[in-house]
Amino acid sequence: MSILVWTYIMVILSFGLYIFIAWRSRVKETKGFYVAGSSVPPLANGMATAADWMSAASFISMAGLVSFMGYAGTVYLMGWTGGYVLLALLLAPYLRKFGKFTVPDFVGDRYYSSTARIVALICAIFVSLTYVAGQMRGAGIVFSRFLEVEVSTGVVIGMAVVFFYAALGGMKGITWTQVAQYCVLIVAFILAAAAISYKLTGMPVPQLGFGSTLIEGERAGQYVLQAIDGIHEDLGLHRYTEAFHPGGMGMLSVVSITLALMVGTAGLPHVIIRFFTVPSVKAARISAFWALLFIALLYTTAPTVAGFARYNMIDTINDTPYTEAPSWFKNWEQTGLVAWVDKAGDGIIRFRDGDPFIGSPNLTGERGEHGERLVSNELTDNDNELYIDRDIIVLASPEMGNLPAWMVGLVAAGGLAAALSTASGLLIVIASSISHDLYYRILNPQATERQRMAVGRIMIAIAVLIAGYFGINPPGFVAEVVAFAFGLAASSFFPIIILGIFTTWVNREGAIAGMIAGISFTMMYIIQTKFMGMDPWFFGIVPEGIGTVGMLINAAVTLTVSSFTKSPPAHIRELVQNVRTPRGSGEASGH
Amino acid sequence: MSKSFEEYWKKNLTLIGVLLAIWAFVSYGLGIFLVQPLNNFWIAGFPLGFWFAQQGSIYVFVILILVYCVIMNKLDRDYDVDEQ
Repeated sequence: MSILVWTYIMVILSFGLYIFIAWRSRVKETKGFYVAGSSVPPLANGMATAADWMSAASFISMAGLVSFMGYAGTVYLMGWTGGYVLLALLLAPYLRKFGKFTVPDFVGDRYYSSTARIVALICAIFVSLTYVAGQMRGAGIVFSRFLEVEVSTGVVIGMAVVFFYAALGGMKGITWTQVAQYCVLIVAFILAAAAISYKLTGMPVPQLGFGSTLIEGERAGQYVLQAIDGIHEDLGLHRYTEAFHPGGMGMLSVVSITLALMVGTAGLPHVIIRFFTVPSVKAARISAFWALLFIALLYTTAPTVAGFARYNMIDTINDTPYTEAPSWFKNWEQTGLVAWVDKAGDGIIRFRDGDPFIGSPNLTGERGEHGERLVSNELTDNDNELYIDRDIIVLASPEMGNLPAWMVGLVAAGGLAAALSTASGLLIVIASSISHDLYYRILNPQATERQRMAVGRIMIAIAVLIAGYFGINPPGFVAEVVAFAFGLAASSFFPIIILGIFTTWVNREGAIAGMIAGISFTMMYIIQTKFMGMDPWFFGIVPEGIGTVGMLINAAVTLTVSSFTKSPPAHIRELVQNVRTPRGSGEASGH
Repeated sequence: MSKSFEEYWKKNLTLIGVLLAIWAFVSYGLGIFLVQPLNNFWIAGFPLGFWFAQQGSIYVFVILILVYCVIMNKLDRDYDVDEQ
């Protein structure tokens, strides 16, 4: 059977499973809708958290980025896992004891202020919407390459599936579908990596294969990393494992981006909200462990996929005549995500550092002398002739390794599982922020259960439509706005939640001033450097890492203002003492 | 506030401090600040600094959370503040 048939089978089977689960776990009351009735077992919550967290970016893009960045790819690997330690030690148990529905709930109650609640609410919605747009784009890429449908048709199918189970089952439906989605995505990712590892090194465990010796080719007998470093040196490039090489990321950038991603992770509302769904404080702690363990399975495999792909790419493409290029290369050329320009005019593909031309390929629709698709982009003056979109590394890796057709289909289903699970988790945050925090807590505190459920479902529908719009018409700055999402999460929520738990004296005035200062600085810096073309003026820190500075500013302002203003009322100090011990944690309540 | 609560909270803070020190040492210390000297040592097919940055630190993160869970559950029982 062909790749296309297998992909249809895998995708239809997995979608059918999600819809079946959603139907079985439909809910009628708000507690089920927002926090799954606080009854999710820790192991299942760990899987759901992992699927919620690992987005299209983790599954589709990350290994590709690492493959092109080498050592510097570490910022994503450590940055997107290390935050769970902060979450488990500093946030999850206390927020579970606090026992409300959302992050703005905690901020509003702890700082006894509707203003603080609204600021938190706006941040939560902005961060989540930014993120959702990226998920829909990821789903669109998978649909267009593997199912050969228009991107817009693919996005509409994805929207329909997500809307069905999010609106029907709320958090409960989402949680149990995410458990299934985790299984699909992790099996797909690890099987593909294991097959490639086995093929190159004879060792099926990719984490060990990455440290083994090659069994075939010119460099047989060399360690994988030794071979990759050697190939890079032969081509006159910096070594793959080399840190802080000239022209790459410096130490300050690596540190600031890693820290901003870690702290941003711990401050993301769709991650925090998952810890409201477990039955107890003890369960919140251990489910953070399960979550990171399940995430680590993919995050320790991704760098191996990156390394193997690097080796395969150079080994099979570099210095090969275009007419003899492997079939995966030509398949992906059709999608415009791979392009080759014959700068030397000899028909041979040269793969070097740097971009071959400016921007992404602008296909003219004509074929060149050797049959390649021509582009009209302005060429750069380096020797590199090859354009490879980072997003295809994982999706193309089964083909690069000549794996069977069903495995290619499985990887496609895995990519969709990653995109849809994260999208649904974000939609529930948007829906709950508006229907619970804004509508119920601020606008209409007398609302009945039925009204609140109806508003929740309407908000999911609106959010799905907005996300779908961005999936079909992706803004050119998806990658840039991700810096925004993490920067804002780091500079808004993280410091004031921590200070709200670990001090009793930090007050309303401090928290509001701190959040506003942290967010304004971070937004201003990102807008100046990303959109207005200014140089990174703050000690040369890149915009992706500026959330670290925003967080420190937030904390400093919060502490200073709090020490000059009236300390919080007695019942708030009691509340803080209360969240510090597990005893007496009930079910989450909306009141 | 009772004395035993103060003590419980202090022990919790100490534990968090120790675990976060290890967290920072492995990820920022071994994976970033010391990566260049450590990369001169190849162990089991990996340059050591590169291994800590892309593999080892993640394993350590998982273990740190497990240790925290086990110790805190015991502490909760010892100070009689656990959930019944």
